[in-house]
Amino acid sequence: MTTTTFFLLSLVKCLVVLFILLTAVAYIQLAERKIVGRMQARVGPTRVGPFGLLQPAADAVKFILKEDVTPDGAHKFLYVLAPILAVVLALLSVTVIPVGGTVQLFGVHTALQLTDIDVGLLLILAVTSMGVYGVVLAGWSSNSKYSLLGSLRGGSQMISYELSLGLALIGPIMLAGTLSLRGMVEAQRHLHWFIFPQIVGFFIYLTAAFAETNRIPFDLPEAEGELGAGYHTEYSAMKFAMFFLAEYVNMITVSCVATLVFLGGWMGPLFGPVWLMAILPTLYFLIKVSFFLFLYIWVRGTLPRFRYDQLMSFGWKVLVPLALANVMVTSLVIALK
Amino acid sequence: MQLTLFLIFGALAVAGAINLLVQRHPIYSALSLVTVMGALAVEYLLLGAEFIAFVQIIVYAGAIMVLFVFVIMVLNAGEVIDQPRSRIAAFLGLPILTLLAIELISRVYGDFGATTLAMGSPMVQTGPIGQSLFHEFLLPFEVTSVLFLVGVLGAVVLAARREKPQVVAATRQQHDQEKAMAAAQR
Repeated sequence: MTTTTFFLLSLVKCLVVLFILLTAVAYIQLAERKIVGRMQARVGPTRVGPFGLLQPAADAVKFILKEDVTPDGAHKFLYVLAPILAVVLALLSVTVIPVGGTVQLFGVHTALQLTDIDVGLLLILAVTSMGVYGVVLAGWSSNSKYSLLGSLRGGSQMISYELSLGLALIGPIMLAGTLSLRGMVEAQRHLHWFIFPQIVGFFIYLTAAFAETNRIPFDLPEAEGELGAGYHTEYSAMKFAMFFLAEYVNMITVSCVATLVFLGGWMGPLFGPVWLMAILPTLYFLIKVSFFLFLYIWVRGTLPRFRYDQLMSFGWKVLVPLALANVMVTSLVIALK
Repeated sequence: MQLTLFLIFGALAVAGAINLLVQRHPIYSALSLVTVMGALAVEYLLLGAEFIAFVQIIVYAGAIMVLFVFVIMVLNAGEVIDQPRSRIAAFLGLPILTLLAIELISRVYGDFGATTLAMGSPMVQTGPIGQSLFHEFLLPFEVTSVLFLVGVLGAVVLAARREKPQVVAATRQQHDQEKAMAAAQR
């Protein structure tokens, strides 16, 4: 492959991924409003377009047209930087996520992934650990007590749960013997999904992922009943939209990682004609990811919020020891085999 | 192209380091240091050390610097006020700088002694790093972890230390006196 084709191919892939991702975020958010509505005996948005399907477009227009307010006494530079940081970091982790095997399109052989680096999982962990800056800087720079409290909560929560998130992934990493996400999926061929030997790790990962994305029942950083809206209280218009986007992209990322690491990624029964065989893996992948996204919404409609001290003691006294024990037992089993 | 990337991120690292010293607000200094760490991680990538690059980001930018920023936020530290210049710095600054420059130049033009890595060398796999870490360098690795453990224990001891009873009694006495004086004034 020459340098020019490489650049063109990468550019096209980036644009396609970005487009799909933004559309997905818009419609996950619509699905969330619809599903939570149904759970609470309401119907959700129905007015804009058939079944309310154009609601995301209306929301986007609203975000663009709103007045962009910067509060008095805000640290201007950091106030602008924080949402950009949040969204860029969220989008960065999507680059290493594979959505299927390799395909041949228009004579170019390419993997369904932006880039397959050898340490893909490490990149995702690195980006998640950097994600704290978006939350922390947003709260600190907007010169508001609610924001500051929200960002302090968010920061300490993300730091605490990052630990169990990383530790929960060590089990599958040891089983697969690789940090590459593609390699990890290849290691789960023939229904050797890591969820079966790593069921403890799976639930630790799931819990930590909910906390890491600041979602109910761990949405203390933006607890609207107590803190206004937490770290993004003072943000409006497109800057708020960026935080919103980052949150949903992060949800998609952790769902994708859960699928790839525990549920065998795009593996599944292949049958039918050639074109179906080509589409099926990606379809399986999407179904599994949608399941996790639905779980997010389902939990939001079901569970109440934790108290802050409960959250911290649960993270440090239950999840981290459990994750460490899981790592030890897994390595013992692998060593004895 | 690799040379271009090297120059860009090298310049970014140097600029971040200078900015760290120049900024008056501690939070901007901390963020400049994060920039330096990120730029260094890219340089590691250019040398083919993927693992080191991402661990660098996770450990330094994602853990240590987040704590720095956190402390600055919680203490609500403001801008640094100008301090009178230190005399030691005035006398020793220039000689030490000269020494450092000589050392640097001799390193750049001299023989490194160790092996050097070419830019754009193939990515080092993570497996061999683990192998050498847990076989060849097992002892230093374990000693380092004991060192960390000592640090953690020290922090716990410092945090859990109670005030001495005498001190508490003294403060209480002082407090009572103040109260009595206030009552008398009234």
